[in-house]
Amino acid sequence: MKIDLTDTTASKVNKALVQGRRAIGTPAVGMVLTLVIVTDEENAYDALKAANDASHEHPSRTLVVIKRVSRSPRDRTQSRLDAEVRVGADAGTGETVVLRLYGDVAHHAQSVVLPLLLPDAPVVVWWPVNAPLDPAKDPLGALAQRRVTDTYASEQPVRELGARADAYTPGDTDLSWTRITPWRSMLAAALDQVTCDVKAVEVEGEEFNPSCELLAMWLADRLDVPVKRSLSSGPGLTAVRMNTDRGPIVLDRADGSLATLSIEGQPNRAVALKRRDTAELIAEELRRLDPDDTYASALRFGVERLSTSNGSHGKDAELPDPERNADTEGPAAKGEGATAVPTPLEAAAKAPGKEAAAQAPVKKAAAK
Amino acid sequence: MSSSNPLRDPADRRLPRIAGPSGLVIFGVTGDLSRKKLMPAVYDLANRGLLPPGFSLVGFARREWQHEDFAQEVHDAVKEHARTPFREEVWQQLIQGMRFVQGTFDDDDAFERLRGTIEELDKAQGTGGNFAFYLSVPPRSFPVVIQQLKKHGLADQSGGSWRRAVIEKPFGHDLKSAEELNKVVHEVFAPDQVFRIDHYLGKETVQNILALRFANTMFEPIWNRSFVDHVQITMAEDIGIGGRAGYYDGIGAARDVIQNHLLQLLALTAMEEPSSFDADALAAEKTKVLGAVRLPKDLGTDTVRGQYAAGWQGGEKVIGYLEEDGIDRKSKTDTYAAIKVEIDNRRWAGIPFYLRTGKRLGRRVTEIAVVFQRAPHSPFDHTATEELGKNAIVIRVQPDEGVTVRFGSKVPGTSMEIRDVSMDFAYGESFTESSPEAYERLILDVLLGDSNLFPRTEEVELSWKILDPIEQYWDKNGKPAQYPAGTWGPVEADEMLERDGRSWRRP
Repeated sequence: MKIDLTDTTASKVNKALVQGRRAIGTPAVGMVLTLVIVTDEENAYDALKAANDASHEHPSRTLVVIKRVSRSPRDRTQSRLDAEVRVGADAGTGETVVLRLYGDVAHHAQSVVLPLLLPDAPVVVWWPVNAPLDPAKDPLGALAQRRVTDTYASEQPVRELGARADAYTPGDTDLSWTRITPWRSMLAAALDQVTCDVKAVEVEGEEFNPSCELLAMWLADRLDVPVKRSLSSGPGLTAVRMNTDRGPIVLDRADGSLATLSIEGQPNRAVALKRRDTAELIAEELRRLDPDDTYASALRFGVERLSTSNGSHGKDAELPDPERNADTEGPAAKGEGATAVPTPLEAAAKAPGKEAAAQAPVKKAAAK
Repeated sequence: MSSSNPLRDPADRRLPRIAGPSGLVIFGVTGDLSRKKLMPAVYDLANRGLLPPGFSLVGFARREWQHEDFAQEVHDAVKEHARTPFREEVWQQLIQGMRFVQGTFDDDDAFERLRGTIEELDKAQGTGGNFAFYLSVPPRSFPVVIQQLKKHGLADQSGGSWRRAVIEKPFGHDLKSAEELNKVVHEVFAPDQVFRIDHYLGKETVQNILALRFANTMFEPIWNRSFVDHVQITMAEDIGIGGRAGYYDGIGAARDVIQNHLLQLLALTAMEEPSSFDADALAAEKTKVLGAVRLPKDLGTDTVRGQYAAGWQGGEKVIGYLEEDGIDRKSKTDTYAAIKVEIDNRRWAGIPFYLRTGKRLGRRVTEIAVVFQRAPHSPFDHTATEELGKNAIVIRVQPDEGVTVRFGSKVPGTSMEIRDVSMDFAYGESFTESSPEAYERLILDVLLGDSNLFPRTEEVELSWKILDPIEQYWDKNGKPAQYPAGTWGPVEADEMLERDGRSWRRP
């Protein structure tokens, strides 16, 4: 059921929601959260479709905030709110309100959204495109427990990662991070199978794909070894190679769906690692609404501390010699102005004296 | 799972619990359970990325199959019964580790081939010698299979690898046989490597009993004899015995359901708060409460058994139990059983727990109803509260999983009139529309070695200690009451509650 409201207000939208629910005969609501999607007209359809699919797992009230562009000075002085209220089969398992904001009110979207939030339920804001630089300080972002951005959709993804790190507030998360969960769990599973010391890692994937950087930073952060980021033609992430004292561990996915895991001394194994669609990503994102500390820690490691295939450290990183590795990490760390870099205790305990000493500058940088 | 893995971090909650390198061997792989539940569950686990790379599935059965036939069979079963959509790349991952071993349970060659297959899988798939043996076989074959596993060295754990046995109910048919079975199994597998499947414990709603009670503050303070009037635990089926005459006759509803499912539900409903959520602490509390269960003095008045007679079930004419194929016309087997027990501890003294189960009842439903006492004093006059029943919290285990709270509310209007209303929480509404199947959770737990959701030897034996006196009494006295199929059981069961001034809920 669909109710169209032109030149309306939030309280009229609320009335329409109640009316719609009564009309379809389910006045009770079991919705668990409010999902606010902030987008432009161009991306609204895809984002809403993904959210509706995800709502099968998380029944929610979805508010789509579309800020319309005013093309003339007259348009800009007039302000208007149009709403489209959908309940029942048209709205997945929850309710959907598409809000179109014209003129001045586009700058005060939070005044429209606030009265429409479900009482006492968490709020998630998702910007499919054009996320604000500081999501937590954004008026809409400030309403939310969870703020979802997507650096993949930005013009300069890698630079944007840096901005995300600077502005990080607990509750921030990024779909580029969500995309690599299957990779991360498979790599963790691979290290469950062999007890070994990882010496160096290479992450290979297409250019302008921040997921590769995030995966590389996560590995560098957790393993405390040099990580090289190299380019391939994709799709997405194509390989992770870990050099260990027990020989190489390689997770290779050339076609974007079926990957091969090879571990020295063990047979090659096929593992399903399909690239997931946005609905699945959003569903995963909504599963937990507490701050993702692992993401924060990986993000804050800093993109500039990864060596790239063109860089001079690339060759060193391939060598499984701990001393050389320690050297490569030193200079890379100097350019780092970022925040805390927690050193995994296990790794620190295992590290030989010299390597531990070489890590000292990193910690000092962190203290600043 | 190694704790030294630097990529694992308890704070990183996106990473799922993936089982370590391992494989699953299913005996009786051609059976219904295997096709409808186990194979789909394995696929669903793989699809959710919870199985280790190289996970292997070995089928063992008498049928003359090649590996490909087996894979085809699994493929069909998965397509038909899996919960999650079929994805080719997941299937490609699974199919590499699928093997079939043909043979009977007494065939030494077949078990040698099984051992060969396992060794081959260790090399080809890197399963690391970790295998779980799922015995989806008739109870009489248990000892044979277990002994064969021992004889061919398949139960030997070496070099840090594990071998586990998964067994299905029935865990014996009385205390003595249960002890014998436990002896047979434990002779070969260590107690902590034996996993008894009670699929009810894998259900989300059953695990939620613990969350409901111990994560909230609003239920636990009234969860005792000061506020609770009585508790009803019901598991009703609308089907008859179907083709299971051979298994069912002589076993009956009480042994089939009360001994395991209902007493487990009772334990979870009535137990004290465990000191932690680990397997030992949970088992300790469950054992304690099962040990405190006391049977009524007069088993004749406080237990009822019945047999369904011919009748109409949901618009279909069905035959009675005694007319079913393969059932002795004089059979005294119960298809309905209702018992009253009390729990001798400070929390529950004097509060009756009514357990009932049956086949060919009104509809398929399992629920736990905690019924509260009436308010000690009511400021409203009698006519105002005439329609008000007792407050209740109902945990709906299946179907339509959720929780219902019943309480009185004023009927809108000028006069004061109070009537029962219910407030509903439905899983399907607040969470995913498809919760994981119980078997998914349980198989994963077996592979992870997590025994939280599996009843232990002591629990099984305690349950038999509760049920045995009742079965013995029934053997010697009277015969089952008849009830028409499609109704809520024999009149005698209603009378049993009426004597206490109570009545059964219509679930």
